[in-house]
Amino acid sequence: MSTKGYEAVIGLEIHAQLKTNSKMFCSDSTKFDAADNENTSPVSVGMPGTLPVVNKTAIEFSVKTGLALGCEIRRKSVFSRKNYFYPDLPKGYQISQYDEPLCEHGKITFKVDDVEKTVSITRAHMEEDAGKSNHFGEYTLINYNRSGIPLLEIVSGPDMRSAAEAAQYARTVRQVLRYLDVCDGNLEEGSLRCDCNVSVRKVGAEKFGTKVEIKNINSFRFVEKAIDFEIDRQIDAVERGEKILQETRLWDPDKNRTFSMRTKEDAQDYRYFPDPDLLPVILTGEQIEKFRQELPELPLARQQRFMTEHALPLYDAEVLTTERELADYFEETAKISGNSKAASNWIMTELLRELKNAEKSIVDSPIKPAALGKMVALIEKGTISGKMGKTVFQEMWASGQDPEEIVKAKGLVQITDTSAIEKIIDEVIAANPQQTADYRGGRVKLFGFFVGAVMKASKGQANPETVNQLLTKKLQG
Amino acid sequence: MDLLKASFKDIAGAVQGKKVSAREVTKFFFDRAEKLDPKLNSYIQLNDKALDEASSLDARIVKGENVGPLAGVPFGIKDMFCTKGLKTTAGSKILANFVPPYDSTVVERLKKSGVTIIGKLNQDEFAMGSSNETSAFGAVKNPWNTDCVPGGSSGGSAAAQASRLCAGTVGTDTGGSIRQPASFCGIVGVKPTYGRISRYGIVAYASSLDQAGPMVSTVEDAALSLEVMCGHDERDATTSQRQVPRFSQNLKEDLKGLKIGLMKEYMTGSGLHADVQKTVQAAIDTVKARGAEIVEVSVPLTEYAVPMYYLIAASECSSNLARYDGVKYGHRAQFESLGGVDLEDFYKKTRGEGFGKEVKRRIMLGTYCLSSGYYDAYYNKACQVRRLMRNQYDDAFKKCDIILSPVTTSPAFRLGDRISDPLAMYLNDIFTVSTNLAGLPGMSVPFGMSADGLPIGVQLTAHHFEEQKMLNAGFALEQSSSVKAKVPHVY
Repeated sequence: MSTKGYEAVIGLEIHAQLKTNSKMFCSDSTKFDAADNENTSPVSVGMPGTLPVVNKTAIEFSVKTGLALGCEIRRKSVFSRKNYFYPDLPKGYQISQYDEPLCEHGKITFKVDDVEKTVSITRAHMEEDAGKSNHFGEYTLINYNRSGIPLLEIVSGPDMRSAAEAAQYARTVRQVLRYLDVCDGNLEEGSLRCDCNVSVRKVGAEKFGTKVEIKNINSFRFVEKAIDFEIDRQIDAVERGEKILQETRLWDPDKNRTFSMRTKEDAQDYRYFPDPDLLPVILTGEQIEKFRQELPELPLARQQRFMTEHALPLYDAEVLTTERELADYFEETAKISGNSKAASNWIMTELLRELKNAEKSIVDSPIKPAALGKMVALIEKGTISGKMGKTVFQEMWASGQDPEEIVKAKGLVQITDTSAIEKIIDEVIAANPQQTADYRGGRVKLFGFFVGAVMKASKGQANPETVNQLLTKKLQG
Repeated sequence: MDLLKASFKDIAGAVQGKKVSAREVTKFFFDRAEKLDPKLNSYIQLNDKALDEASSLDARIVKGENVGPLAGVPFGIKDMFCTKGLKTTAGSKILANFVPPYDSTVVERLKKSGVTIIGKLNQDEFAMGSSNETSAFGAVKNPWNTDCVPGGSSGGSAAAQASRLCAGTVGTDTGGSIRQPASFCGIVGVKPTYGRISRYGIVAYASSLDQAGPMVSTVEDAALSLEVMCGHDERDATTSQRQVPRFSQNLKEDLKGLKIGLMKEYMTGSGLHADVQKTVQAAIDTVKARGAEIVEVSVPLTEYAVPMYYLIAASECSSNLARYDGVKYGHRAQFESLGGVDLEDFYKKTRGEGFGKEVKRRIMLGTYCLSSGYYDAYYNKACQVRRLMRNQYDDAFKKCDIILSPVTTSPAFRLGDRISDPLAMYLNDIFTVSTNLAGLPGMSVPFGMSADGLPIGVQLTAHHFEEQKMLNAGFALEQSSSVKAKVPHVY
């Protein structure tokens, strides 16, 4: 995408909090809703003499993410100290990885407006999170619950050219993390954080422009907005002949703009050096292979399978695989329903609409996949009509009741018995001699009137297909 | 039982056998410390719960419990070791009021083996010093001559042990901080292989060099203490998984078959004090007489050991001491008014007030060494040479089992003599730092006396995890030592 002959160059640094039970370097709990400073210990508040010990699950999660992102996994990676002073950084340094990160040289492919895009993953390295400073005018309180939570920092190449691409890249990474079940991926709660590096240059130029880092973005929508704002701001500045400052800017969602936090002049020298308290992380080929074997089916593969195994169209397969939980929901529903496409239709139209209106996620759906599957099966068997299905669905959504019970309680059983339907049709024809004569005289449009009358007389329970067939035959006389 | 001469085995046997109570033993040393320490300043703080703790130990013994191999042996603990509920200062104003909510692994293991804690011992601030003069709690005096330094940084441990203001002590050794004061005060000081003893809960100075060890009266007591202190700790990733030998049961004074190396670089120096030279020569004669073979070895890169040490130790300390920022614990600067005070002012004032001169010097030096543009020339270069020197040691230990050398160039020097000249002070460590850089075990055994009546130790160094051989050589020397069982008169 280019504006006024410029193109944007965008790279993302995604910080993913790993869903381990304990912290990166000590046994503190990582429970989200703990009271202030409840999840702390002498280690996580940096008391004298305390030492870090690596959480093996965090390594496993990181390796798996690296593999899923097509990275090479280093057999030997090293933890380093990143030194800087800040009150919520209890040791005065953050344990991170510097020149020997765990994962490198990966790539990820996704679609933006139906065009395939591949973005390189420069590296993904492990580190610990800092605490959280809460400022109250004259004073600041620090909550160290977050201090030491394992993070995986996923750094992309400068490969994106539009805000839409960047946002879609971030969504795709999030999707992978959630499929692996290694990160909640919640931008609002901060379990996923997205820093965007943005620069602009003239189309065709080889050199990158000066990059600006945008932080504090807590939704994908804001990723797009912030980058778009920044691209415009930079192009305007260059057009005016101004120099772009290398700086960190924050996104202000209320004012829809970015503003400067600090410039390169205050840039810190982090004095990285290998942490002498920790041994290098050594992984054998067998260990890496074992992690690879344990990888779950990833979104693209699952999408493909939905198309072959369930004969779904591409669109359905894409929508249903956006979230692992949704894909799971679909597969369970499809299995019970006996008709995958019908299951897909019910989920994609009725269920997703209701969930969206109720602002609920698929896991919180009042209709469980087994129940929805049963309902679709009832339609399949002809026990109820598709129209009755909608009534049943609404009832299931409201009460969470079993579809068969609803059908029974409401007397919603469909009449498929031909003789019973024939009897109703005869009665309707007898009661409407004029319309019958007109129909037979050529006013075929009246067919709808007869269907309506039959359905009404059967209290909506007659199988519409049977009604159509029999009525056609009977009206012909 | 003469508690001034009693071994750990004697005390533990008598206490466990109910011949004497832990309380009585503890009281003996506690009272002695209370009465005599004002002359030495070896304690920063006495443990006012020491007697109660001893009593509860006695209660357990009465119930028939075996309370451990060091039952009722009263220890003084260098103030680098965190002690639960007992102030731990690291000799610094910045931690003057810090009470840890946890025990260091060493203290935990000592307690578990029946040790009672008499108090916390003085030291150079954050273990940075070779004379115990950088302590924020005042200098410690050498009990053999109170005009002299006890050595450092574990000066309080050495002075208290030499004058028996406790039955045993523990120290830490980053560049010689156990061995040098042990030599100056005439006690046995052992720094085991890096990774033998957990560093968990020991205030960090230079993480890749720090190692704890016993500072006690005899090699046997040292061996017994090591059995308790050594071993893997899941809270310290750098501890070794290796089995810990029963050092004390394997001690032998016969050195037949043992090859003792004399390191060319350490034996030919001209700056060696005549009394030190004499002591080392006597030690060589003794080990020969006990059946050891003498061979010459060479570790040429030890020439750069002191600069290597000060680059690496300073770099690590600049990062390790960053946590003392006044935010969470320890000293915090007070401001009359907060108007215009920003975070940087807060840090500067807190750290400016809390740290002493030597600590600041090393933080600045280390910050410089790690800075972008200097990292490769200083820190990284030092690490590279360190690896090469370690390889040279590996070669040397193919030719010998133990390297015998002086601990320091001279006996204890006078208080105030070197404190204003950091370079002269740093050269104190010339014979001790390479052991830490190579991660090797080393010890000082008291062996001779200077013409002025100051003790002089001999240093023994072994290959990684060969503490037993080293202790045996020390044990053999000890039998012929002219310092053995001497207690300086402190009045």
